[in-house]
Amino acid sequence: MPTELNALAALPEIVVLTAAASILLIDLFVPDDRRHVSYWLTQLALLVAVCVTLTTLRLDSVTAYHGLVIDDMLADFLRIACFLAVSLILFYSRSYLVARGMFRGEVFVLMLFALLGMQVMITGNNLLTLYLGLELMSLSLYALVASRRDDARSTEAAMKYFVLGALASGMLLYGMSMIYGTTGSLDLGRVAHAIFARQGSPALLTLGLVFVVAGLAFKLAVVPFHMWVPDVYEGAPTPITVLIGTAPKIAAFAMALRLLSTGLQGASFDWQGMLIVLSVLSMVLGNLIAISQTNIKRMLAYSTIANMGYMLLGLLTANRYGYSAAMFYVVTYALTSLASFGVVMLLSRHGFESDRLDDFKGLNQRSPWWAFIMLLVMFSLAGLPPTVGFYAKFMVIEAAVSDGFVWLAVIAVMTSLIGAFYYLRIVKLMYFDEPVETLPIVVRGDTQLVLSVNGLLLLLLGILPQQLIGLCAIALTQSNFP
Amino acid sequence: MSLPGAPTLAHYLVLGAILFAISMAGIFLNRRNVIIMLMAIELMLLAVNMNFIAFSHYLGDMAGQVFVFFILTIAAAESAIGLAILVLLFRNAGSIDVEKFGRLKG
Repeated sequence: MPTELNALAALPEIVVLTAAASILLIDLFVPDDRRHVSYWLTQLALLVAVCVTLTTLRLDSVTAYHGLVIDDMLADFLRIACFLAVSLILFYSRSYLVARGMFRGEVFVLMLFALLGMQVMITGNNLLTLYLGLELMSLSLYALVASRRDDARSTEAAMKYFVLGALASGMLLYGMSMIYGTTGSLDLGRVAHAIFARQGSPALLTLGLVFVVAGLAFKLAVVPFHMWVPDVYEGAPTPITVLIGTAPKIAAFAMALRLLSTGLQGASFDWQGMLIVLSVLSMVLGNLIAISQTNIKRMLAYSTIANMGYMLLGLLTANRYGYSAAMFYVVTYALTSLASFGVVMLLSRHGFESDRLDDFKGLNQRSPWWAFIMLLVMFSLAGLPPTVGFYAKFMVIEAAVSDGFVWLAVIAVMTSLIGAFYYLRIVKLMYFDEPVETLPIVVRGDTQLVLSVNGLLLLLLGILPQQLIGLCAIALTQSNFP
Repeated sequence: MSLPGAPTLAHYLVLGAILFAISMAGIFLNRRNVIIMLMAIELMLLAVNMNFIAFSHYLGDMAGQVFVFFILTIAAAESAIGLAILVLLFRNAGSIDVEKFGRLKG
């Protein structure tokens, strides 16, 4: 076991923790009409965290705190993706939060703590750290979902999320205890070693694996562990919905990769089968149920379920090529999802949520530019070229085919055809229907700029995806993945 | 040194599994009260603790017992947040009956 402390490897986490704790204190002394000070401090903290991660970027992998956390290219890349995601969410949600009296310090602080939890999940190299990160993230998110205290729908969503989330953590933990019992260690490297040496009872290990995969499936929101997703997406305030739908998915992907690949690669035959079932069910059910939704947040919830199914296609190949395809998928999905909710928040104003599909009718006449951004988002979610969603789907399907799962690729293509129907329906509503709403859309300047850049990135990455694909490939080759 | 008839690792694991099953039943079969659900969640974490302690003793490795302390701490934080949400829910809905939560389908 490595004995050095090596705290430098966890510097981005230290920065975010310090920032969250200081903003919590500073916010006490900020008067209500100057709340934007806390807002900009949060943005500044995220910027510093990105810079610190970039300056401590390293090509090799190094463990810190006696092997509890690991810092490698994968961790750096996904950490930066999470920082950017949270920063974009703050940009998009500012007007929404102000209009609903939620522009308060605790929202920013809880977001930062959730982010810290995600970072720990991304860098965890030990069952204990992975669990602690997961809980830090989940507990902050439960509180955030309930942050509109007077709204019955969001408290009900919070309760549902809390009960099912706690159940998922319990199952994950039960699985971890079984893995600990069979392999005799909490350290992922030693777990992997013990499994390869065929130490301990294989039945107990498989039992643990089932529970761990079930717990992960809850967090990734794949069928049949998806019950909470539509309700929480609909009930939570939109900024929190987008927070739940983007960065935690990246973190859950990283955690799944660390657990299944670094730790349990020796049992990959067992988890491959489970992931195939989860993936097929999510792709089919997610896309089919999304068709009948009339609320855009529910529709995007089912779209998340379907998209996580596609992402699992890459993960279940259990090789480095598939992992990098899955990583590309999850990062670009987060980017697309951010833009989609960005537009939803843009159209909402005080007392009006803009979460029905009908609210998108005739958007082109009200604002051609935002209709165009939404068009890009929908094309990307449907997987149409020249947007980035096309490459993402192409890569995971290619990974599945090259590993011999041709039938899975066929299902993926068929279900994405079904999915294209409900994504393109929004395009039809925006361009070919008469608007029901005629009020002008008022947007802050910085939100406009960031959302436009985000939307255009979907197009740009769709035309020039090589850099990002290359980054994902390098991140996985430089890390210790089998 | 173990007495004849003293509990073995298997006994503890079965006990853990039974506690876990009871807590699952408490969450899924209970259709009345949210507080019982919160109790079931606590019980689930205790079942896991039982497993960890049994394994830790059996393996002669302290890491499992350290994990148990962390789980206990998190269980406390979790019930604090769960009860806080419960209070909000009662204030908004006027009831903590699971059956009455129909505002969100699913």
